[in-house]
Amino acid sequence: MKVPYNWLLEYVDIEKDIREVADALTMSGSKVEEVIEYGKEIDKVVTGYVEKIEKHPNADKLRVCQVNVGEEVIQIVTGAENVQEGDTVPVALHGSTLPGGVKIKKGKLRGVDSNGMLCSEAELGIADDDSVHGIMILPKGTPIGVDIKEILGLKGGILDFEITSNRADCFGIYGIAREASATFRLPLKEIKTSFKENDENIKDYVDVEVKDDLCRRYAARVIKNVKIGPSPEWMQQRLMDAGVRPINNIVDITNYVMLELGQPMHAFDHRFINGKRIIVRRAEDGEKFTTLDGVERTLDSSMLVIADEKGAVAVAGVMGGLNSEIKDDTTIVVFECANFNGPNVRLTAKKLGLRTESSSRFEKDLDPNLVDLALDRACHLVEALEIGEVVGGKIDIYKNPVKPYTLEVDPNWINEFIGINISKEEMADMLKYLGMKVEVGEKLKIEVPTFRQDIRIKEDVAEEIARLYGYDKIPTEKIKGEAVEAALTKEQRLTNIIRNVLVSRGFFEINTYSFVSPKIFDKIRLPEDSPLRNTVKILNPLGEDFSIMRTTLIPSILETLRINYARDNKEVKIFEVAKTYHPAENMPYEPVKLSIGMIGKVDFFDLKGVIENILYVLGIDKVDYERDEENPGLHPGRCAKLIVRRKPIGYFGEVHPEVAENYEIEDRIYVAEIGLMPLFEAYKAERKYKPLPKYPAVDRDIAVLVKDEVAVAEIEDIIWKIGKEIVEEVKLFDVYKGKQVPEGMKSVAYSIIYRREDRTLTDEEVNKVHESIIKSLSEKLGAQLR
Amino acid sequence: MREQLEKIKLEALEEIKEATNSQRIDEIRVKYLGKKGSLTTILRGMGSLSPEERPIIGKLANEVREFIEEEINNALSNIKNKERELKIKGEYIDITMPGKKVEIGGIHPLNKVLDEIKDIFFGMGFSIAEGPEVELDYYNFEALNVPKNHPARDEQDTFYISENLVLRTQTSPIQVRTMEKTKPPIRIIAPGRVYRSDAVDATHSPIFYQIEGLVVDKGITMANLKGTLETFAKRFFGEKTRTKFRPHHFPFTEPSAEMDVSCFVCGGEGCRVCKGSGWIEILGCGMVHPDVLTKGGIDPEEYSGFAFGMGLDRIVMIKYGIDDIRLLYENDIRFLKQF
Repeated sequence: MKVPYNWLLEYVDIEKDIREVADALTMSGSKVEEVIEYGKEIDKVVTGYVEKIEKHPNADKLRVCQVNVGEEVIQIVTGAENVQEGDTVPVALHGSTLPGGVKIKKGKLRGVDSNGMLCSEAELGIADDDSVHGIMILPKGTPIGVDIKEILGLKGGILDFEITSNRADCFGIYGIAREASATFRLPLKEIKTSFKENDENIKDYVDVEVKDDLCRRYAARVIKNVKIGPSPEWMQQRLMDAGVRPINNIVDITNYVMLELGQPMHAFDHRFINGKRIIVRRAEDGEKFTTLDGVERTLDSSMLVIADEKGAVAVAGVMGGLNSEIKDDTTIVVFECANFNGPNVRLTAKKLGLRTESSSRFEKDLDPNLVDLALDRACHLVEALEIGEVVGGKIDIYKNPVKPYTLEVDPNWINEFIGINISKEEMADMLKYLGMKVEVGEKLKIEVPTFRQDIRIKEDVAEEIARLYGYDKIPTEKIKGEAVEAALTKEQRLTNIIRNVLVSRGFFEINTYSFVSPKIFDKIRLPEDSPLRNTVKILNPLGEDFSIMRTTLIPSILETLRINYARDNKEVKIFEVAKTYHPAENMPYEPVKLSIGMIGKVDFFDLKGVIENILYVLGIDKVDYERDEENPGLHPGRCAKLIVRRKPIGYFGEVHPEVAENYEIEDRIYVAEIGLMPLFEAYKAERKYKPLPKYPAVDRDIAVLVKDEVAVAEIEDIIWKIGKEIVEEVKLFDVYKGKQVPEGMKSVAYSIIYRREDRTLTDEEVNKVHESIIKSLSEKLGAQLR
Repeated sequence: MREQLEKIKLEALEEIKEATNSQRIDEIRVKYLGKKGSLTTILRGMGSLSPEERPIIGKLANEVREFIEEEINNALSNIKNKERELKIKGEYIDITMPGKKVEIGGIHPLNKVLDEIKDIFFGMGFSIAEGPEVELDYYNFEALNVPKNHPARDEQDTFYISENLVLRTQTSPIQVRTMEKTKPPIRIIAPGRVYRSDAVDATHSPIFYQIEGLVVDKGITMANLKGTLETFAKRFFGEKTRTKFRPHHFPFTEPSAEMDVSCFVCGGEGCRVCKGSGWIEILGCGMVHPDVLTKGGIDPEEYSGFAFGMGLDRIVMIKYGIDDIRLLYENDIRFLKQF
């Protein structure tokens, strides 16, 4: 909220620089977001009296002026045509600065000395649309040699406050003035509200009926003999500084009061109130109404309207109607000053897409007792501006008057809670500046005024004390008390281990959106009946493409690969640890998964190796890899299910060519998705020491020819089974197809290490086992020894 | 025989001197000292000497033998040294050539900074709590003193799943969830994803990260809040960091504050990052509202606490000088490699 500084000073006598005030108010709880200083950059510009003007000897369009700037008369060359002898004008002296950082220095213009510059309104940064072309001519009698900033009222500026939702009272300048008064411990001046009523009765002009409790109070006054015209310049200036456009004197008064007190008002032209009856009621569903901005709006029964006998004349608390607008020939005005239910105004404004100065104040739930003050203030201004006559009496429908709230707070508790030590008298003093009545006994008995609905409990009072005492003065202390056990959970620790394994293998962690497009399922060829298509849907998504919560991480990692590939990043190894979201009975189920993706000079076994690394580090054995032809997103021949303790916990492999095409990648893509919880469950922490071997090993190689479709796992199974007594290790070292190997066959070579723990093996023993392995391979797999 | 020995000695010496490699030395050793070597042959012939001569010649022969052996050893070690030097000379490499690397990946900048922040809070006795991202309206709003139609709901544009389910707009719902599960003393931080229906631009993302903090115990004061967060700020931003607590308003804390830290880019002088103010707003905090404690099943007359929440993305962006939040969620590998 923009507060012109001089308006604030009307209610508190602060003798401080505007920036100092901004800082102090920020630290006491009224945050100043910006300080806009008038004429901040203007320096060494004074008023000057033009004594004499002569033609420039060398230039037709230039004139040479002798200007009295107080202490001396200086010569200035100007190109302006509007300056006359005897004018008072702003003079930028040698070494002066103008807005925009322009520096003025003395020099010669076409051979004639010029010791400064006569300024236009534009050059002083104060021009508006209607400003005169040429040099700014100041009123006759303006003192000479005085700083222009003083003459033009360019001292001070505007304070722009961020007002928090709990402080409805600070949506008016008077509320800010109260805060300033408490901050600087200076008295708050009273607001002028006196005026005279004529001897007529408002009842003869208008009648009001409130039909709905959403209107908590409705008050009105009538002004007659109104002379519509522009409001005085000072008022217009203040409105503009506060960000409100001046309209005419009556409307300006309602806005002025709103800015000052935070209470929105509305003015109706009495002529257009049909039946001279104001009815506050709910709108009818589908009721049409054209607001002041000329837009026809469709209302519904959740909204409150101000109506006359024929129809609505205003949307309560939001905006008035075009039908009852103040016109140039308006002579009788009805001032409305009411209080409406905040949340309802907020909803109405939201539904209509019409957030106004008025609605943004009402939605904070204003104090109904503000109504009297505001209405009186408006009438006072009417009288002060001499633009009308206040009709006697007022209408005021106020069923349940709000009363001040009383609470008792132990000052010792406040000191303990905040960690300070100040006297109860000082606390009472602070609270009094905020408009509270305080009785100091053992406890503080506090009467909270109705404009502070936010103060109800002792903690609220503690905050008032703390902020006026100064948060910066509260000491800093370490937490005392018993030490709390702090440790990572097993899941958090293992997640870190997995991330570290992946990083050490050259993978980069990514972070992708958790909501995705429903189109992704087709893109990854997910079957129509897949349970993964059952998603948590967002009712109000940013768009279709962000409308469902992901049930798999694969599309996200593919999309990331796509983006990189399109940018010519052709070697990419990435992973993500993130949640997926699955509908469940009450709350969705949110398991954490790991996804891995890679493109570039890599193959299936690079990916499998990484997964094996992870399993190894987690101490997980009993792992099986099953061919997974059922997974339609992956290449049927290059895809595996990861089985841990007989349960599938994830899958990995090469992405199906059609899916790769869907992601516009012309390279082979490898991805994996693994559930983390099953990994954590299978995690084996214990490691046990096994004595190092005492007896030598025997190393035998074996190379066999088998049919292509025989899996090496089948060969290894047989080797282990037959040789389990003495086989220590089985290492695959070569798989070969091509020359010297018949079509449809492959050569597989192993190095088998035999060893016993209790004694040295004899050649015979080893030969016996080795032979039976070869025999068994031949019988079971048709393997031929090479 | 004496002359013969002298001759052998001189001959051997001559040959040893001329030898230039260890192979030749070996040949010399065999020639003189080997089983069929000339010295050995002479020693075999000792039997023909008179008993008087035998010890004298024997002694001389041994001296010659020792002499030759020593000369051979010396020559050999010289040659070996020379050979080694030569070998070393031929083995110079260009040590400026690149090392053989196993390519190492990297942690996402958000998590990297988060890990750092977690470590600091671990050191202060905080554990890590977690909570659901699809959250009940109750925990996200109502339990935090934000009933339906509260104006604060407008400030946090919410994604709804159903009337009662939202994508959490903040990590604060973990406060009440934690209190329901844990008896004080409580000291946790809770980092995680949060969601707001903001349109995407350089400074807004509909998904971002927050870190919540909660401390509940007997006798927790606002001075403790300041002390804890000031310690965090100094550890994270540097020992010289100053902090400023400004009053603010949050529905679920009372009193409430915002904490600024002195700009860690310019040190408080004023720069582009801090918009000339010398301060950067880092987090919101306050004493846990008694209503919130009550909702968490904790008696506010017996216990008090403080809570805080900060936006991780903003901190990461300022720390690394990242000017567009979208970079954090786009995952261009050239971006990720920089951290």
